[in-house]
Amino acid sequence: MSDASIQSTTDSREAGFGDYFALLKPRVMSLVVFTALVGLLVAPVGVNPVVGLASILFIAVGGGASGALNMWWDADIDRKMRRTQSRPIPSGKVTEGEAFAIGMALSAMAVVMLGLAANLMAAALLAFTIFFYVVIYTMWLKRWTPQNIVIGGAAGAFPPMIGWAVATGGISIESVLMFALTFAWTPPHFWALALFTKGDYANAGVPMLTVTHGRKATRAHILGYSLVLAVVAIALGLTSIGGPVYMAVALILNGMFIKGAWDVFRRDDAASDADAHKAERGLFKLSLAYLFLHYGALLIEASLKPFGLGGWG
Amino acid sequence: MAIKVDHELHKRRLSRNIGVGVALILFVGLVYGLTVAKVSDLYKPAPATSEVSE
Repeated sequence: MSDASIQSTTDSREAGFGDYFALLKPRVMSLVVFTALVGLLVAPVGVNPVVGLASILFIAVGGGASGALNMWWDADIDRKMRRTQSRPIPSGKVTEGEAFAIGMALSAMAVVMLGLAANLMAAALLAFTIFFYVVIYTMWLKRWTPQNIVIGGAAGAFPPMIGWAVATGGISIESVLMFALTFAWTPPHFWALALFTKGDYANAGVPMLTVTHGRKATRAHILGYSLVLAVVAIALGLTSIGGPVYMAVALILNGMFIKGAWDVFRRDDAASDADAHKAERGLFKLSLAYLFLHYGALLIEASLKPFGLGGWG
Repeated sequence: MAIKVDHELHKRRLSRNIGVGVALILFVGLVYGLTVAKVSDLYKPAPATSEVSE
């Protein structure tokens, strides 16, 4: 082996800025930014745009930091799952120690800065979100209970509540229902994914519902949570941030979602394998649009209010 | 002083160093903007309702 070949091997494993950025789970961060922004914009109190921008950024950094801490703790299982093998730690570009240091430093910075930029309630909610995701979900529940996704979903559901707290300094029925919307959406979203990425979680020893209780039970759980999700989504439409536009969107999407969940429930694995998991993939895709369109509809209601439209009146 | 070529380590870490530099500059700019916004809000005239209540 020549010197040149040794050098090229080293180069390919050297972490660039993008590898450190990837520790922050940018795709998850985009959901955090969007839902937190909606929470902030639909609140009845206005916020200075610079304060709002800074707050959303610190919420995003806090969310990203918890992602880095998740990757630090889960490096062993990330190496075993195909979906996560290319992450910065399993691929050998970033060390576990670096991920831990970045996660802790950015967590502390994000919470302190959000407290200074917005208020203590928002900062406390962000700190709790990071704690919940890293300690309660990642370290404790993920490897222990098949309900990991249900409880872990709470961490991803906090951002709109934090955005609302940035504007109002408090918690209200509207922000709790926005939390509940993402919370109830998470299980059917992930279980639909788990139904067509067979084996990955089992190989890693993560007690996914599909592994511990079987796929039939998972299909039933998806249907059950879809019904709960519909109730929450409609209830949110009856609050001060809902309105006719949101309600129309919610009725259509929840009808489609329950139909999709029913189709998944009625199938068995043989039927699912025969058409390459068409219904499961379809429900997963719908779930992506579902959340985006619900929050988008809330945003439309808020943007109509200055013109005397939007809301219930 | 003789002009030296960049050390190979610096070349490899260029993207990382530029990224960190840009992030720090943006952070400083954000804190500056935040300070201006917060201080400006302090000097905003109070809403009419509070004047009446006083």
